[in-house]
Amino acid sequence: MTQINVRVDGVSYSDDVEPRTLLVHHLREQLGKVGTVVGCDTSNCGACTVHLDGVAVKSCTVLAVQADGSEVTTIEGLAQNGTLHPMQKAFHDSHGLQCGFCTPGMIMASIDLLTENPSPSETEIREGIEGNLCRCTGYQNIVRAVQQAAAEMSGTQDRTVGNGHVSLAVVDTAAAPHVAGAQS
Amino acid sequence: MIPAPFAYVRPTTIDEALQAVADGGEDVKIMAGGQSLIPVMRLRLAAPETVVDLGRVTELRGVRDDGDAIVIGAMTTHHDVLVDPLVAQHAPLIAEATETVADRQVRARGTFGGALAHADPAGDLPAVALALDAEFVVAGPGGARRTVPAADFFVDYLTTALGEGELLVEVRIPKLAGQWGMHYEKFTRVAQAWPIVAVAAVVRRENGAIAEARIGLTNMGPTPLRASAAEAALAGAAATPDGIAAAARSAAEGTSPSSDLNAQADYRQHLAQVLTRRAVTAAAGL
Amino acid sequence: MTMVEEPATTAPAREVGQSRKRKEDARLITGKTTWTDNMVLPGMLHLAVVRSPVAHAKIANVDVSAAQQAPGVIAVFTGRDFAEEQGSIPCAWPVTPDMVNPGHPSIAVEEVNHVGEAVAVIAARSKAAAMDAVELVDVDYDQLPVVLDMEAAVAEEADLCHDHVESNESFAFVFDAGEAGTGVDTEQVFADAEVVVSRRFVQQRLIPAFMEPRAVVVQPQGDNYTMWSSTQVPHILRLMLAMVTGTPEHKLRVIAPDVGGGFGGKLQVTPEEVISLLVAKRLGKPVKWAETRSESLMSAHHGRDQIQYIDIAADREGNVKGLRCRILSDMGAYLRLVSPGIPILGAFMYVGIYKFPAYRFECRGVFTNKTPTDAYRGAGRPEATFAIERIMDELAVELDMDPLELRRKNWIGAEEFPFTTAAGLEYDSGDYEGATQQALQLLGYDELREEQRRRRESNDPVQLGIGFSTFTEMCGLAPSRVLGSLSYGAGGWEHASIRMLPTGKVEVVTGSSAHGQGHETAWSQLVADELGVPFEDVEVLHGDTSISPRGLDTYGSRSLVVGGAAVVNAAAKVVAKARKVAAHLLEASEDDLEFANGSFAVRGTPGATKSIQEIALATFAAHDFPEGVEPSIDADATFDPVNFSFPHGTHVCAMEVDTETGRVEIRKYACVDDVGTIVNPLIVEGQVHGGLAQGIAQALYEEAVYDADGNLTTGTFVDYLVPSAADLPHFETGHTVHPAPGNPIGAKGIGEAGCIASTPAVVNAALDAVRHLGVSDIRMPLTPERVWRAIHQGGDGGDRATAGTNAYGGAQTETTAGVATDASALGGDR
Ligand SMILES: Cc1cc2nc3c(=O)[nH]c(=O)nc-3n(C[C@H](O)[C@H](O)[C@H](O)COP(=O)(O)OP(=O)(O)OC[C@H]3O[C@@H](n4cnc5c(N)ncnc54)[C@H](O)[C@@H]3O)c2cc1C
Ligand code: FES
Ligand code: FES
Repeated sequence: MTQINVRVDGVSYSDDVEPRTLLVHHLREQLGKVGTVVGCDTSNCGACTVHLDGVAVKSCTVLAVQADGSEVTTIEGLAQNGTLHPMQKAFHDSHGLQCGFCTPGMIMASIDLLTENPSPSETEIREGIEGNLCRCTGYQNIVRAVQQAAAEMSGTQDRTVGNGHVSLAVVDTAAAPHVAGAQS
Repeated sequence: MIPAPFAYVRPTTIDEALQAVADGGEDVKIMAGGQSLIPVMRLRLAAPETVVDLGRVTELRGVRDDGDAIVIGAMTTHHDVLVDPLVAQHAPLIAEATETVADRQVRARGTFGGALAHADPAGDLPAVALALDAEFVVAGPGGARRTVPAADFFVDYLTTALGEGELLVEVRIPKLAGQWGMHYEKFTRVAQAWPIVAVAAVVRRENGAIAEARIGLTNMGPTPLRASAAEAALAGAAATPDGIAAAARSAAEGTSPSSDLNAQADYRQHLAQVLTRRAVTAAAGL
Repeated sequence: MTMVEEPATTAPAREVGQSRKRKEDARLITGKTTWTDNMVLPGMLHLAVVRSPVAHAKIANVDVSAAQQAPGVIAVFTGRDFAEEQGSIPCAWPVTPDMVNPGHPSIAVEEVNHVGEAVAVIAARSKAAAMDAVELVDVDYDQLPVVLDMEAAVAEEADLCHDHVESNESFAFVFDAGEAGTGVDTEQVFADAEVVVSRRFVQQRLIPAFMEPRAVVVQPQGDNYTMWSSTQVPHILRLMLAMVTGTPEHKLRVIAPDVGGGFGGKLQVTPEEVISLLVAKRLGKPVKWAETRSESLMSAHHGRDQIQYIDIAADREGNVKGLRCRILSDMGAYLRLVSPGIPILGAFMYVGIYKFPAYRFECRGVFTNKTPTDAYRGAGRPEATFAIERIMDELAVELDMDPLELRRKNWIGAEEFPFTTAAGLEYDSGDYEGATQQALQLLGYDELREEQRRRRESNDPVQLGIGFSTFTEMCGLAPSRVLGSLSYGAGGWEHASIRMLPTGKVEVVTGSSAHGQGHETAWSQLVADELGVPFEDVEVLHGDTSISPRGLDTYGSRSLVVGGAAVVNAAAKVVAKARKVAAHLLEASEDDLEFANGSFAVRGTPGATKSIQEIALATFAAHDFPEGVEPSIDADATFDPVNFSFPHGTHVCAMEVDTETGRVEIRKYACVDDVGTIVNPLIVEGQVHGGLAQGIAQALYEEAVYDADGNLTTGTFVDYLVPSAADLPHFETGHTVHPAPGNPIGAKGIGEAGCIASTPAVVNAALDAVRHLGVSDIRMPLTPERVWRAIHQGGDGGDRATAGTNAYGGAQTETTAGVATDASALGGDR
């Protein structure tokens, strides 16, 4: 057992772990951070993506001991003071999720992409999330969500609040503006 | 899956690392970014007794200018290579190939040295190192250093010239003088994948002809290869589509690629020719 | 952009037709949901399954002693330990009276029949301890011949996949339109035909590959058992577990919490669910089993895997005369829940949208030593659609006709609905021409045809092709009567209840169990309209047999058209009951009441109104209730459709083919679907996209490949290629709307349409690009190698080498794929 100190979603934790414990298992099983999930065993699917010291990584491909002294942000730590991160809101607005299993990883990877490239083209978005598999959506609405978040986060779109978090404590379910109503 | 149990050591200097490797017992594994090693351990294809994590050995990280060469520390991540100005200036081929490696999460942790030491015949960087005539600086027990030319570094399938107790410290990429162009041509079925075949081309043009070409082949055998026959045919060839196409036809000479789900050997050899033509054409600026 | 909700004072717009953003997102985008694998119970043990590394063998001996002594291990069980109580995994669809079912023990007792079959299970205090102990179980196998190839399996003197059955054939199912009286004599038509085109198509084996790996938790409480499972079918699972293990049905509760995708892959009663229940019973402790991805790929059921021999007859003018289909359908090693029924679900769809006078379908179910097959998105209908849409193109080539012209000549005209096909199905509604016109526009058809011509003339190394799929499918499974006639073991109805809470809030209980489809949102829209209550006031409950005791779950694009219809009918009953109360409270005759926007008003008496929410409160108090009326306005409804619904559409794909490398790339994809009334366009669009991705993936990327020893060499996501965002195009989608007459909503199912329609459009497009180079077929998936071989060496591209690629030094291992052989161990033949 090795002692590690990791700050996760703003809370410091000190734990003894086996060196073989993967970061994702530490998060899920020891810290109860079950918002982050595991979808594969070959580092392909990206479902486990978290931010390690601000950078997106696959937490199934990092040992918990490697995160000693680091800061981890998971999907559970994104919303602040009850307001959603613009990326979370964009996924909701654009219907960028169906079953939602890939969503935590998808959102974390997409935020990382925008940190490096605040206004990516469609191709850059598609390539930027190539490490995250989604079986439900066909990705089109995910791409749209990232575009919306990019616009929102860089302030090019009309918004009620400043950069960063938008004030929406609960998700609203008003009709999405981008899909036309059903013709008859 | 969960890896089998192992002991974990986290040195902070090269000397400590060498010592840890020496002390690690029969089956010790060095871990760089872990992006190949951890999956392999999860699948229990590898079950080392001790893992020596180089993650905190800061002296192994970064790119520096060393006069006639740039030097890339073994622990420099793929991401850091991608944004490095020295790499962009002197060895854009490395950046071009690195950009195609895996995905952003894996590139954030996977390292230049790890990818080379892993010596996966499908890895993108070994053929690039070969085409750039890179030199591998290796530290051995007690701190002794030796330099291995790329041509001697890749010994066999997943096997390098690194001996027991040795670790890869850095890789020297000689700066090229003259009018050089470079291109990495990778062929995959899906985006986030290792190449089926890839070609790294480094080409010097002189007076409308190709003066010199260095061509590295990925996944055309158990190790990365130089397409020597094509290189010979290109030397002095006209820098025209026809001239290049003719020379590229010999790109697969002497290769012995494997057959797998993505390609049988004969198709790989065909691809090597087409991709060599394309890579050289792009490198020659045509 | 922040959307502001409409002020409540204006008359509410109809909910149906609005792109409501989903209610279920709130928990999913914040990581605050419950996946089965999130469950932790006090004292819970973790299970790990020991799986066979060989495809066919007698089990000579299982030595569990070392595993039993491993740290943290509580117990180890083998097939012998459960032989008396494990029964057989049920097959609910005996498609013929004499169908052979070899029986399917959850843990192999005497013989293993595919790589990945369970041979022992370990219960330990931690997941790691359980996994460590897997390697300590020592099994001796006496290997038997391995049967892998279907055509070889049905040949004379073939080795047997199970030695206690007489052949490798499970069943032979025949539908003949002439005999059924729905068409003329097929043999005669073929004998007289001016033109006959015959093809052999291969529907490769696919893996559903839902993103959430399967997981099961069982909690014993006295003689009651609660099972949480990532299943599509909690109701069916409960019933089947009771029947298989003898646990009384009323002592079992099954909960499907949030489920991370299914696509048919979780429409199953799995060995692991049975094993988990048996271990929990035996040990009296809660247990959890959660699979790894490589376990999932090799042991969760697979899909498709058919060889189709298709003959089409026509006259020289291009009028189709007859269709004959002979199908070999790979069951894998065992029959699972509806394995034999999958090809039969397609049996009636091979005629597509065309007016064939004659039709004959024969299907043989074949055993092989591979993972069992069962439902995968579309289940039978993608196979049928592929066959007909491919052979129509081949016929067009034979007749030198434009493929669209040929289709147009033969499809059912908009004025001909309802139309009964040679397969005996009555198609409900549609307009194939209208959808096609719109799709051509979306694609920019004329320009692309022009570009194709230019590329052809200039001999461009990159050629362009355009492919069509003008498809229909049958969905909304299903009229119970029809299912009965096909010997299916259950009905096809769906159940709903509506509970009016005292505060006016509404609980809707549905028997269809969602796993990504957005039932909570769509059902709320339906109920909001029917009851005139705010969308926000509706809560939808599902996926728990205690909360929703009656239901038949989610598959076959049935939820909205059957389950949603039940909800609408239940709401109508609520209104009818409330009407009595309203009449009493308003002191009016029921006949004088008008119900609109959630309120009863007395005709001609302004101001005399009672809202249904007020009535809910009055009902709760029951102080002032009409004589002889029970104080409840809650209602149940069970809907059994009289017919399937038939979505249709036109899909058009433009494809670039690099003739030098064989690489194909979708240039543009456009589709126009008719799914009847659209309840929520946002959700419908999402379903189309997701279906397209899977259909395209069948055409281009996915295939479950076995090597000569029966190892699955596509045993991880490194080699089983689920496409990423970078591998798929942008889709141009559109709709026409012809409401379905068969249900009160007018909806047709959308869950599978994209997946059913897209595959042949993609393959037809690739062929159209290289047809002039002498290519007439390319086997799926269209790997660059196959395309290149088809162009340069003829044929259909042939078999792929079976060795896994060399990523990670070859991720095929004993743990992931079975026996390490020269071909599979190292990654690549070398
Ligand atoms: C999903 C996915 C996709 C990928 N796709 C690609 C791709 O397209 N192309 C590609 O080239 N690669 C790909 N990779 C591999 C990736 O590039 C790895 O990062 C790289 O191969 C290994 O680097 P690492 O730093 O992670 O090394 P590790 O995994 O830590 O180590 C790899 C091996 O090298 C040895 N080693 C590492 N450093 C040293 C050293 N300094 N001295 C001695 N030995 C050492 C280790 O002992 C180990 O055997 C992919 C990986 C993943 C997970
Ligand atoms: S679980 Fe980490 S990449 Fe799949
Ligand atoms: S939403 Fe289901 S996997 Fe992406």
